[in-house]
Amino acid sequence: MKAQELKIYADTARDFSAKEPEAAAKAAPVPERRWTHIHAPDARTTAVSAPRWQGRRRELRIFLSNPNALLGIAVLTAIVFAALLAPILYPGDPLEMVARPFLWPGQNPAYPLGTDSMGRDVLAGILHGAQISLTVGIAATLLGLGAGVTVGALAGYFGGMVDDLLVKLIEIFQTMPSFVLLVVLVAIAQPTTTTVTVAIALVSWPTVARLTRAEFRGIKEKDYVLAARSLGFGHARIIFREILPNALPPLIVTSSVMVASAILMESALSFMGLGDPNRVSWGSMIGAGRDVIRTAWYLTALPGLAIVFTVLSLNLIGDGLNDALNPRFSEERR
Amino acid sequence: MSAYMRIGRTLRRTAVQAVPTMLGIVILNFFLLKLAPGDAADVMAAEAGSATVETMAALRERFGLDNPVLVQLANYLNNLAHFSLGFSPRYGMPVADLIGQRLPGTLTLMVAALAAALAIGLILGSLMATFAGRLPDRLISIISLLFYSIPGFWIGLMLILLFSVKLGWLPSGGDSTIGSRLTGLPALLDRARYMVLPAISLALFYLAIYARLTRAAMLEVKSQDFVRTARAKGVSPLKLTTRHVLRNALIPITTMAGMHFGGMLGGAVVVETVYSWPGLGRLAFEAVMARDFSVLLGILLLSSLLVIIANAVVDLLQAWLDPRIGANR
Repeated sequence: MKAQELKIYADTARDFSAKEPEAAAKAAPVPERRWTHIHAPDARTTAVSAPRWQGRRRELRIFLSNPNALLGIAVLTAIVFAALLAPILYPGDPLEMVARPFLWPGQNPAYPLGTDSMGRDVLAGILHGAQISLTVGIAATLLGLGAGVTVGALAGYFGGMVDDLLVKLIEIFQTMPSFVLLVVLVAIAQPTTTTVTVAIALVSWPTVARLTRAEFRGIKEKDYVLAARSLGFGHARIIFREILPNALPPLIVTSSVMVASAILMESALSFMGLGDPNRVSWGSMIGAGRDVIRTAWYLTALPGLAIVFTVLSLNLIGDGLNDALNPRFSEERR
Repeated sequence: MSAYMRIGRTLRRTAVQAVPTMLGIVILNFFLLKLAPGDAADVMAAEAGSATVETMAALRERFGLDNPVLVQLANYLNNLAHFSLGFSPRYGMPVADLIGQRLPGTLTLMVAALAAALAIGLILGSLMATFAGRLPDRLISIISLLFYSIPGFWIGLMLILLFSVKLGWLPSGGDSTIGSRLTGLPALLDRARYMVLPAISLALFYLAIYARLTRAAMLEVKSQDFVRTARAKGVSPLKLTTRHVLRNALIPITTMAGMHFGGMLGGAVVVETVYSWPGLGRLAFEAVMARDFSVLLGILLLSSLLVIIANAVVDLLQAWLDPRIGANR
């Protein structure tokens, strides 16, 4: 380093150590002094190497050039619109009788998808069902992500006793068959949309926790985390600003698949009669259509197709995200 | 190290690790079920239609439901220590007998589904890896993603519609022809006919996962040096695929298959409902509805045990596929 640079360096150091400006100015550049700014409070406010979303432009481009992912986004957007439009197009309760029962699709233009055994409009049911499926899917995923990331981060970051205990807890939840546990939980708590959501979150958090733990264990050994620690950053700051942003890609991929599986779980629950009895859901429509499958199979087929399209679109998006965010894997796939 | 020593060590390690896990599961489930409003006495009284306070109290006393929760837990753990799962007030028989009646049905269904999913998944995955990037790969890719997205109960109903209602080829429910006095091979074939549709419904989801996994694993193994060496030695393509590539690609697949065992048990609950299959899943659902917690606890405990056993089997299988895995533990 040239002398001039050294001087600038020393000057900066002096500027920031505001407590004793004169002392720093007068003293010759002593080596210990020169580096004091590292422990100065301002060091804690300097920018760190957390990746910003501008830095993810390449990934975004890969994602948006994937035709499957775009198809997934298009289908999902349509379903989201359907869910949003449901209360406008079909105000009132979709569980109300509106016409003669067992109208086949296309038989009466007022009811394009026909009516069920109670004379309820199938299209209204499917649109309102989209609301339930998406709400439960997204809310359960957010809850599960929150719990899983918290537990996984604590276990992976702190290690030792905390890790042992939390891993045991994860293991206990992973050993119990999740759908059996889900049925038990919902039956105990009385089926409402809220309890179904919480129960699905409760059986899906361990996967996230394991993933987060693995990522945290890998990342906490990296140099920039070591640097952050030597700068005296607190645990919370290191966890949320240094490690978590770098652990996000696999979590993002997982969350899109989690929404899909939450929707599948919700539909299976309501098919078995464990959904909210006051709300129409795709699963409960299939459950009701099951009794008349021999004569009016469209009552089972149509809501099922709605589930398949929704889940398929989410899985397509998940695949696209995986290709974009996980280059190693996408190279293998090519 | 001999194979027997390895098996012994794996079993011992599994047993040692399983005890605290099982204890945790029992205690967690016990308190979970105690949170539920109502107990077996309530449901039985409601069904009887005319229950006095006295008969309810008598019922509770007979099944030990009037004790403090911790005493009930201690009793339950004491029972478990004597290898008893307790007594079901609802069915009027020991829980172990009840589960014993239903377990074989579920296990055959699961094993059939898992075997089908693995076999077809491996074939499809190998095809995809062989034709990576070309038309067959893309086509199977789309089909497997579709299978991955279809709810098992719905495909079950659609299969019933097609094969039972429209074509009349296969039965739509139950596990064997009622009233038939078949024995030997005809009886077995009869049962197999009843198993085809439920096993397919259960298998499709897992088949899709194994196909995708096989593809990824095979492509990874194929790019490694020992495969190039084998090819340079002049090993035939078929032998190369089966002995060198597939054997190494099987390791991640067996891991997943072991993990899926629990999920499959859950899937069986739904599929058994669709096909009125007399299995454990159906029993679990009935027990939930009847608030028969001793049966439910038994099922949860047993299914967790099955998962632990499945994982131990996978450990052994992997040590056989790749001796390095067992050696450095």
